[in-house]
Amino acid sequence: MAAPALHLRGLAMEYVRGKPVLRGIDLEVGSEGLTAIIGPSGTGKSTLIRCINRLVDPTAGEILFQGQDLARLRGEALRHARRRIGMVFQEYNLVERLSVMENVLSGRLGYVSPWKAWMRKYPREDIDRAFELLDLVGLSAFPNQRADSLSGGQRQRVGIARAVMQRPQLLLADEPTSSLDPKTSVEIMELMRDLGRSQSIPVMVNMHDVELARRFADRIVGMSGGTIVFDGPPAALSDEQLKGIYGGEGWLH
Amino acid sequence: MATSAAPGTAIAREWRRFTPAQRLARFSVYLVLVAAVVWSARTVEIIPEFLYDAPEQMQDLLHRMWPIDFAHYPEGVHDALVDTLHIASLGTVLAVIMALPVGVLAARNVVPFAPVNYLAKLILVSSRSVNSLVWALLFVAIFGPGALAGTLAIAFRSIGFVGKLFGEALEESNAGTIEALEATGAPWLSVLAKGYWPQVEPAFWSIVLFRWDINVRESAVLGLVGAGGIGMALDTALNLFQWPRVATVLFAIFVVVIVAEVVVTQIRKRIL
Repeated sequence: MAAPALHLRGLAMEYVRGKPVLRGIDLEVGSEGLTAIIGPSGTGKSTLIRCINRLVDPTAGEILFQGQDLARLRGEALRHARRRIGMVFQEYNLVERLSVMENVLSGRLGYVSPWKAWMRKYPREDIDRAFELLDLVGLSAFPNQRADSLSGGQRQRVGIARAVMQRPQLLLADEPTSSLDPKTSVEIMELMRDLGRSQSIPVMVNMHDVELARRFADRIVGMSGGTIVFDGPPAALSDEQLKGIYGGEGWLH
Repeated sequence: MATSAAPGTAIAREWRRFTPAQRLARFSVYLVLVAAVVWSARTVEIIPEFLYDAPEQMQDLLHRMWPIDFAHYPEGVHDALVDTLHIASLGTVLAVIMALPVGVLAARNVVPFAPVNYLAKLILVSSRSVNSLVWALLFVAIFGPGALAGTLAIAFRSIGFVGKLFGEALEESNAGTIEALEATGAPWLSVLAKGYWPQVEPAFWSIVLFRWDINVRESAVLGLVGAGGIGMALDTALNLFQWPRVATVLFAIFVVVIVAEVVVTQIRKRIL
């Protein structure tokens, strides 16, 4: 593995004092490949992902991304760091009343001035790239359709296109397939993996479908009780280890 | 059931929707309501003689108003009516321009800084706590009688209404969408323009139309205190006991309010 793109050191987070959600996470993520984070609900997977781009502020620790500690950034510097990190959400989080195209172009809001965004004067190359991405995610037929008229799978494709529109150097996804049916989930995971490969950027996905994680991840990180209890390739993830992550065994068979 | 007592000895379980304290509180509310009604009825000082001949007086008044003096409309009412519409529309536009920034500052999620929220809310409350007629009296004192005073009265009264509802619409927007835009590194103004605005746009137009509708009705009476519009025509006719003309003015106001209602309903249907 090349030099790590992301290095978490002693990352800790407490929403309520004395009740840590993350207990000193140490994690290195290489410059390529899909890392799946699995674990039971409430174990801090979401918090971990959201700490990285500071949608949630960690209480302690370092988030080293391209040599910069994101945990210390504020204001403009934080905004500039966020431009380099794309994020995909469970509930898609599109602007429902705007068109597909405008939602994809929203990925450039960190670069385009507010006035130009308001006047819908996006640079030519952004519009070209948005069309390319719509082709890539299979939505080129309806750039002007409103986001609220799309199906769940289509919305998530728009969400992914918006994130990739940023030309990110890291792609985060917080339960991207949890609101989708099994077939669409597979398609969305394929899309995320392929985009990560074609853009040569690392992808971090937190998910609760172990089989889906096994199928698409290059590396699986298992969390339990706010700490990492497994870290390795999918092939190394045994039933024994799953028991360690989730507890119990009745659910396994 | 494993935990229940032996059959026959089971204790009947009591169920009450409210605790004794809650029942006492509810009873107190009823008591206060009844007391308030009794008290106000005793202090309102109705003069029986006036009450008894009210039907007669009303009949007499209607009789004097009839037939409506439509001939008076072109020379005495029309211009004042148009003035009223101008006061309402211009007042609404001014109010919206002033209310938008205040509404944004009042929304806790858009500006997460409590002192600013409170200041904005103070401005909105002060605007609303003063009645249009009182605003009109103030502006007539400053600018003299006429449509300018009326327009400003309408505008200042509407700031509170438009700003409050707009701010509340902003606070109800979907936080996930906003978070997604913040995650792209978008500056505050872009999040406002591309995240909040598309979400509150239907509410915004709905609020503006609703306020315009109210303002048409309110500006009709502003003339009573000299702030221009059809109220002045009404005031003159009343003072001169020209009852058929009073009827003309009332009828004109009635028609305009109906038309405004229809227009607003139609526009809302199309934009929402």
